[in-house]
Amino acid sequence: MKPILMIDFGSTNTKVTAVDLDEQKVLGTAASYTTVQTDVNDGLNNALKLLSEKIGDLEYEHRYACSSAAGGLKMISCGLVPELTAEAARQASLGAGAKVMKVYSYQMTEDDAEEIQQLKPDIFLLTGGTDGGNKENIIENAKILAQIPLDFPIIIAGNRTAARTCEKILTEAGKNVKVCENVMPKFNQLNIGPAQDVIREVFLDRIIKAKGLSKASQLISGIMMPTPAAVLAAMELLSKGTENQPGWGELVAVDVGGATTDIYSMTEGLPERTNTVLKGLPEPYAKRTVEGDIGMRYSANGIVEAGGLANVCRLSGLSEDRVCELMELITTHTDTMPTTEELRNLDFALASLAIKTGVTRHAGTLEKVYTPLGEAYAQTGKDLSRVDKVVITGGSLIHVDTVDKIAAHALYDMKEPGSLKPQRFEVLVDKQYILSAMGLLSQYEPDIALNIMKKELKSYGIAE
Amino acid sequence: MSEKKKLVIGVIGADVHAVGIQILNHAFEAAGFDVTNLGVMVSQEEFIAAATETAADAILVSSLYGHGELDCRGLREKCDEAGLKDILLYVGGNIVVGKQPFNEVEARFKKMGYNRVFGPGTAPEETIAALNEDLK
Repeated sequence: MKPILMIDFGSTNTKVTAVDLDEQKVLGTAASYTTVQTDVNDGLNNALKLLSEKIGDLEYEHRYACSSAAGGLKMISCGLVPELTAEAARQASLGAGAKVMKVYSYQMTEDDAEEIQQLKPDIFLLTGGTDGGNKENIIENAKILAQIPLDFPIIIAGNRTAARTCEKILTEAGKNVKVCENVMPKFNQLNIGPAQDVIREVFLDRIIKAKGLSKASQLISGIMMPTPAAVLAAMELLSKGTENQPGWGELVAVDVGGATTDIYSMTEGLPERTNTVLKGLPEPYAKRTVEGDIGMRYSANGIVEAGGLANVCRLSGLSEDRVCELMELITTHTDTMPTTEELRNLDFALASLAIKTGVTRHAGTLEKVYTPLGEAYAQTGKDLSRVDKVVITGGSLIHVDTVDKIAAHALYDMKEPGSLKPQRFEVLVDKQYILSAMGLLSQYEPDIALNIMKKELKSYGIAE
Repeated sequence: MSEKKKLVIGVIGADVHAVGIQILNHAFEAAGFDVTNLGVMVSQEEFIAAATETAADAILVSSLYGHGELDCRGLREKCDEAGLKDILLYVGGNIVVGKQPFNEVEARFKKMGYNRVFGPGTAPEETIAALNEDLK
C-alpha cells in the first residue's frame, strides 16, 4: 500500500481524501469544520482523526492541498474594451480558480480606486491593448493603481509595448509587480495560460501566508492551489485523458454551493452548422464560470430572482407563502440542513433552478439572422448541444436521491431555442466528493487520478 | 512591435460575403500593413472595439449586399464617442441599392464621415495607394 493524502481547505469544511496509489483507489474521506481564524491545523487534525477512525492510522507518503478558505482567491481585473481584453482578463482569473470580485474596463477613475481599496483584492490583474495596440489606457490604469495604499500584488498581462512603463510606475509606488505575456496578444486571440501560471505563483508565494494557511503548509509536501483550479484540472484530465489512456471527451461539470454556483465545460464548443458565424472572443477548451448570485443558502434569493418564484413553487409543490417563509429561514440560518420533507422539496426546486440558470448563462447562444442572402446564424459563446456527460459535484447535491432529476435541468429547452445547452447527457455524480482531490493528484499521477475518477463517478442514467 | 500601420477591416451588417475580405486581407498584408480582419457580419460596435484595442490607424468597411448605407450610418459618430477621434474611415464595395451615380453616392458617404469611398470593382492597389497617402 502506498497511501497519500489530499486536503481541501474549504470555506466551511476541511475535507481529506486518502488514496492508495498501488491499488489506485480511494481509501476514505472525511471532513471537519475549517478553523482558519485560529489555527487551520485544528480543523485538519479533526478531519484526520475522523479519517483514521474509518481507515486506521496510515503513514502518508505525500500530502497535497488546495484551498478556498478565507474567501478563496479574491481577484479584481481590468482591461480596455469590455468584450475583449477585460473579458480575457476575467477568463484568465476564473480559470486560475479565482473569485472575481470586479472587472473594470476602459480607464479607471478615482472612485474605482476607492472601491478597489474597499474590496481588498488578493491579486489585481492589469490588462489592456493588444501587443502594439493601445498603450494609453493600461498606463493610465497603472497610475490609478499606484495611488492605492494597499500592497496586493499586481500582475501585468497587457500590451507588451506598455508593460515596462506600467511596471516602472507601479514599482516606484512600492507595489509588488509581475509582468507576463498579454492575455490578448492579437485581436481576438486568447492567451490566458501565462497569466494563470503567474496567478498560481503569486498564490503560492503570498496568499497562502496571508490566509493563515502557512502553518498547515509545513505539513504539506506540495501544491497549494485554489480549489476551483483543482476541480478545473480534474475535469480537463477526465475530458482529455492522458498519453496512456483516453478521457471521456466533452463534458460539463456543475458545482452548486451555498453561496455560488460554478460551471465548468470541457469542449471547443464550435458551431454545429455550416451557416453559422462565430461572434465574440474565442472560448478556452477548459472554461469555468461562476454565478455569484446563485447558491443554495447565502444566495438562495438570487435563485428565486433568476428562476422565478412561480417556478420554485411549481417544482417544490409548496405554496408561495410557505416558500417565502422557508426562504427566510434558510437565508438567515445558512447552516439549515434539509431535515424535513418541505425543506427537501424546496432544496430540490432551488438546486434545479440553480443548475438551469448556471448552465444557461454558461452556454453559448444562437441567434437567427435574416440576410438578403437567406437565413444565417450568429453564435456567441460555446455550443454545448452535443456534450453528452454532465458531472454533478458539491455537498448540497451529491447525497440527494433526486440528483438525476435536478441535473436534467441542464438540458436544452425548446422554449429557449437560442440557448445552446446539452440535448442528451449521462448524469455522473461525484458521490465521494473527490474532484478537487483528483485535481491535485492529477498534477503528480494523472493516470491514477483518471482511473479513480472513472471508477468513482457514479452514473445516474441518461437525461434527455 | 512593428511600426506598421494598423488596419481593421470587415464586412459590415448582415452581409456574409466572405471571399472578398480575405483577398483584401492578403493584399493589405502584402503591402506592409498590420491587418485585423473581423470577417463577415461585423457590427459597428465590433469595428470600434477592435480598433480601440489595437490602436488602429484606419477602419476599412466593406459592404457588398446593397444595404451598406443603412449599416454605415453613425459609425463616425460612434468612433468619436469611443475616443477614436480622427481615425481614418474608408468604405467600399456595392455600398448602395441599385445603380446610382457614383459621385452622388460618394458625397453621401463623405457626409457621413467617411474619408474615402470606393465603388464596385476597385482594385486593392487603389485603396493601398490611398492608405499610403493618408497615413503618411
